[in-house]
Amino acid sequence: MRNPTGVLLGRMMRTILRSPDTIITVAITPIMMMLLFVYVFGGAIQTGTGPYINYLLPGILLIAIASGIAYTSLRLFTDVKSGLMARFMTMPIKRSSVLWAHVLTSLVSNALTVLVVILVALVMGFRSHADLLHWLAAAGILGVFTMALAWLAVITGLTARSMEGATAYSYPLIFLPFISSAFVPTETMPQIVRAFAEHQPVTSIVNSIRALLYEGTVGSEIWTALAWCIGIMIVSYFVARRAFKHQLG
Amino acid sequence: MGHTAISVRGLTKSFKDKEVLKGVDFEVGRGEIFALLGSNGAGKTTTVNILSTLVKPDGGEAEICGFDVQRQPEQVRRSISLTGQFAAIDGMLTGRENLIMIAKLRGVPHPVQTAGSLLDRFSLKEAANRRADKYSGGMKRRLDIAMSLIGTPAVIFLDEPTTGLDPEARIEVWNTVKELAGGGTAIVLTTQYLEEAEQLADRIGILHGGTLIKTGTLSELKKMFPPAKVEYIEKQPTLEDIFLEIIGNKEEK
Ligand SMILES: Nc1ncnc2c1ncn2[C@@H]1O[C@H](COP(=O)(O)OP(=O)(O)OP(=O)(O)O)[C@@H](O)[C@H]1O
Ligand SMILES: [Mg+2]
Repeated sequence: MRNPTGVLLGRMMRTILRSPDTIITVAITPIMMMLLFVYVFGGAIQTGTGPYINYLLPGILLIAIASGIAYTSLRLFTDVKSGLMARFMTMPIKRSSVLWAHVLTSLVSNALTVLVVILVALVMGFRSHADLLHWLAAAGILGVFTMALAWLAVITGLTARSMEGATAYSYPLIFLPFISSAFVPTETMPQIVRAFAEHQPVTSIVNSIRALLYEGTVGSEIWTALAWCIGIMIVSYFVARRAFKHQLG
Repeated sequence: MGHTAISVRGLTKSFKDKEVLKGVDFEVGRGEIFALLGSNGAGKTTTVNILSTLVKPDGGEAEICGFDVQRQPEQVRRSISLTGQFAAIDGMLTGRENLIMIAKLRGVPHPVQTAGSLLDRFSLKEAANRRADKYSGGMKRRLDIAMSLIGTPAVIFLDEPTTGLDPEARIEVWNTVKELAGGGTAIVLTTQYLEEAEQLADRIGILHGGTLIKTGTLSELKKMFPPAKVEYIEKQPTLEDIFLEIIGNKEEK
C-alpha cells in the first residue's frame, strides 16, 4: 500500500532543501548568542567546570530547536491558508498522516540546525569525550524535546489567525533557557528565581545532556527530563488532534 | 447509484448563531454541470465544503454517488475532487512535482506518466519544471484543476474557478470544464458571474438567504425572471466581447 506520510514528508524535504536559508536563519541567533556568551560574558561567568563553551552548548541547542520550531507552525499555517490542507483532507488518505509529515519534517530540519550549531561550537573549542552511545542518548533527548515542541507547534499552526500568531508562541520557549541552568549555575540565583529555574523542564534537559557529554554518565535528572518531554508531547498531541478534528467541523 | 451523482436534501448549517444554509435541495446527474450562483457570503463555499467532507452539516442529507457524506466519508473522498476557492498548490514544488505528489497520494498506477499527460493537456509543459509560485494566476488555476483530475473522480467541485482570471484564462477554464462534463464527470461549480453560469451550466441554482430560491436550466430561469433582470444577464457578455475584441485586434497587428 502507498504511504501518504512518506509522500508528504518527501514533499516537505524538497521545500527544506530548496530553502536552506531557513536552516541558516534559524541557526544564526543561537550562534550569535554562543559567540556573545563565550567571548563577551563568558570570562566573568564561573561555572566551575571546563571551558565555558562546553557548559553553554546544551542550552544553546535547546534555543536553536525552540526557534526552529516556529517554522513548523508556519509551514502548517501556510498549508491551511493555501488550501492545500483542504485538498489533502478531501482525498482518500489517512488524515493524521498530514500532521505526522509536518512533525517528522520538524525533526529533520531541527536536526540539521543542531548539526550546524555543533559544527560552529567545535570551531570555537567545544570538546566532548563522550562515546557513541552517550551521543546517541543526547540526540535522543533532543529528538524527544523536538517532537514535544513540534506537536505544540501543530496546535498553533492549525489555530493561528495570522502568520505572526503562528510563530509568536516560540518566543517564550526561546526565553525559558535564560531562567535555567543553561547559562549559569542555578546556585547563584535568588531564592524564588532559583526555585523556578530548578523546576522547569530546560534545567533537567540541559543537565542531562551535560552529564552525557562530559561526565559519561546518564545523570540523575534524565528521568525528569524525559518525563517533561514525553508529558508535553502527549498533552500537545491530544490537544493537536482535538484542534484538528474541531477545525474539520 | 444510477444516474444521480449528487443528491442533497434539506441541508442546514449555522456558524455560531449565524444561519448560513436553511434547507438546500438539489440533484446533479452524471456528466451534468450544475452552477451554484450567489453573492458574497451566500453560502456557496459552505455547501461545497459540506459535500466534500470538509465541514459537517447540522441537518439534512447529502449523498455523493450513493455514499452519505457523513456516514461514509472515505467512499465519498474516493469519488470526489475539490478545487477550492484559492489555487491549492505547493508553490515550492514545480508543476510536475505537484502533479506527481497528488498522483502518488491517490495511488494511481503510473504517477510520472499521469503527470506528464496532464501537463500536456493543460499547456503547462514548458513551465513543468519551474516552481509553481512563479506561475501566472491562470497557470496556477490550470495546475490546480489538473491536480483535481488525477484519479478520474466521478464528481468535481469547482469553487469560483475563474475568480481573478483574465477573460482569456477564464475561457480556457470554461473549455476544460465542458470537456470534463463531456467525459461523464458531474461538476458542481460556484460562481458570482451570471455569464459564467450561462456559458457552462446545464442547470443553475440561485443560492440566496440560505436556500436555493430558483433551480432550473437557463431558459427556465429566464422565463421566471422579469425582463429587466434578463437584460442584465445579457449585458455582461457584451462587455467581455468588447474586451476580447480589443485584445484580439492588438495581437493581430
Ligand atoms: N468557519 C466559519 N466560521 C464562522 N462563519 C463562517 C465560517 N465559514 C463561513 N462562515 C460564514 O458563513 C457565510 C457563508 O460563507 P461562504 O464562504 O459559504 O459564502 P460564499 O457564498 O462562498 O461567499 P464568497 O462569494 O465570498 O466566497 C459567511 O457569512 C461567512 O462569514
Ligand atoms: Mg466562497
